[in-house]
Amino acid sequence: MTETLSGAQITVRLLERQGIRLVTGYPGGAILPIYDALSQSTAIRHVLARHEQGAGFIAQGMARATGEVAVCMASSGPGATNLLTAIADAKLDSIPLVAITGQVPKSMIGTDAFQEVDTYGLSIPITKHNFLVSSTEELLEVIPRAFEIAASGRPGPVLIDIPKDVQSRAIDVDTWPAPGHALPAPAAAAGQIAQAAAMIADAQRPILYLGGGVIHSGASRLAVDLAEKAHLPTVSTLMALGALPVDHPLSIGMLGMHGAPYTNLALDECDLLIAVGARFDDRATGKVAAFCPQAKIIHIDIDPAELDKIKTAHVGIVADVGDALAQLLPRVPENARETWVDRIQALKTAHPQPLPGLDNPRSHFGLIAAIAACLDDEAAIATDVGQHQMWAAQAYPLRRPRQWLTSGGLGTMGFGVPAAIGAALAEPQRTVVCFTGDGSILMNIQELVTAAEQQVNIKIVLMNNAVLGLVHQQQTLFYGQRLFASEFQAMPDFVGVARALGIGAVDLDQASDPLAALKDALTRPGPCLIHAGIKAEEKVYPMVPPGAANRDMIGA
Amino acid sequence: MNAIHREEQQALARAVLEIDVANHPGVMSHVVGLFSRRAYNVEGILCLPVGDGRQSRIWLLVNEDTRLAQMIRQVEKLEDVIAVRRHHAEHAVFTELEDFFRP
Repeated sequence: MTETLSGAQITVRLLERQGIRLVTGYPGGAILPIYDALSQSTAIRHVLARHEQGAGFIAQGMARATGEVAVCMASSGPGATNLLTAIADAKLDSIPLVAITGQVPKSMIGTDAFQEVDTYGLSIPITKHNFLVSSTEELLEVIPRAFEIAASGRPGPVLIDIPKDVQSRAIDVDTWPAPGHALPAPAAAAGQIAQAAAMIADAQRPILYLGGGVIHSGASRLAVDLAEKAHLPTVSTLMALGALPVDHPLSIGMLGMHGAPYTNLALDECDLLIAVGARFDDRATGKVAAFCPQAKIIHIDIDPAELDKIKTAHVGIVADVGDALAQLLPRVPENARETWVDRIQALKTAHPQPLPGLDNPRSHFGLIAAIAACLDDEAAIATDVGQHQMWAAQAYPLRRPRQWLTSGGLGTMGFGVPAAIGAALAEPQRTVVCFTGDGSILMNIQELVTAAEQQVNIKIVLMNNAVLGLVHQQQTLFYGQRLFASEFQAMPDFVGVARALGIGAVDLDQASDPLAALKDALTRPGPCLIHAGIKAEEKVYPMVPPGAANRDMIGA
Repeated sequence: MNAIHREEQQALARAVLEIDVANHPGVMSHVVGLFSRRAYNVEGILCLPVGDGRQSRIWLLVNEDTRLAQMIRQVEKLEDVIAVRRHHAEHAVFTELEDFFRP
């Protein structure tokens, strides 16, 4: 059946056919045709953010919680530039996103028209791919392709910039393209799998090193199976937390700058490092030359450009990590590896993660522990960026893949609240906790209005120390205690702000029984801000100074 | 370019990359952007459409650098890049054009 449809209607229909049921964005002149078409869709619900960056992070929260491609929209000019930070964040953490931006009409491109910016040019280095759609007909090809690219291989953000006249012009459509989905990745080479299996069999002190790719690939179960079969002590990057339950006997925690002392010391001793969906990020490796100095390396990643980028692998396997682990598992012999497992246990006992105040809910670790005690593994944990993020990474008992939603690569303050909203919209059955700080929350605090409007079940735990904690910490440790621009002179009444923006709030500092107040806030449905004062002197320990070797930890 | 400087330049090992790409606006930006963001200078660029014009071929002359292997892998990842081939610096594509680049 031939239909005459505008580019905007075609765009919405293609999103519907793609299975999209929720989009988030912020309208403006150059994207109004699409918003008009969206208003007529009965299949797609639109959640209005209060800033385009909020929309970008809401979409990220949806994508991170579900693993599915999420969609955000913005208008041209400032709408598009406001999206860029969230897109760059998605690129660095390999999050599948399709961002649709309006553009001025084709005839006005290049004339410095009102709200014109070179969105295509600006987004080249921060997207996996991008499109400037030059005709209405092209939409039929570009939109499914954008979803295919976002989901295939190493996931990532794709931007589609659509001029207003391309949205408005009507064409006849008689056939629809198939929706775009992830293409299968090339299989791992059998010879390399055999070689890797032999190296694991021969190793005396192997360590399995899991990265975010394990989460993206849905390979957590296989990674745990491999660790158990061959008794491989397993470290996780910040992005992989939850792949292996934190209390699993083979879990040796998070590595790197704020990893536990025994974790980094164990890596120093290992003779084989099996990197799976990890990219040897500088926050994980510390000084690269001193990272796992005795180890041979097996590196499995779906992105060929990650192999040999930082560390040269003895065996580099380009494959979906799930496929590679499934092939590897039957070929790796069972091995109790008692000497090494005992050695790890001894390191763990002698050099544990310092967790002071764990039983005091008015301290940072105690607060995290008290929140965990009120929730089960079905809860999702989002964070902003800063000390609270690292404390949560160190102390929250993460046990489920996609339970942990954090901005790793770009480290974007302002990520937490909108990402938590997105996760709660995508999975309304869950309680979503967002750990944040007094710096981070102000970077997207307008999204509390979105939370109120949507009545999402998010609990924002604001650890307020009245300073930019990690900056304060680095100035204290490495800049002669010259504190500058890191102490806030004015502090808003956050409880009052939350209430003014329409969400419930509780101040644990004022509660006579903080545990009871916390439990009450966490179990009452709907959005709530939980305010807790933290001492500014508290630091994230251990800390590897930037550029130092991971064995040289401060506060270990 | 004076003689001494020219000799210095030639002393540097060079490589020529032959890159088949889709022919549409922005592809060149994608390719050269990968180099510029790493402060990796591209010494020479040639590009013309191939066949019916749906594809183009980009020839790049670059200095040999420890990052070159990573650069090639990054270029190969671009959606609009169909193939990348690496040649030695003496490849005729640039040497035969020297007449057009006399000072």
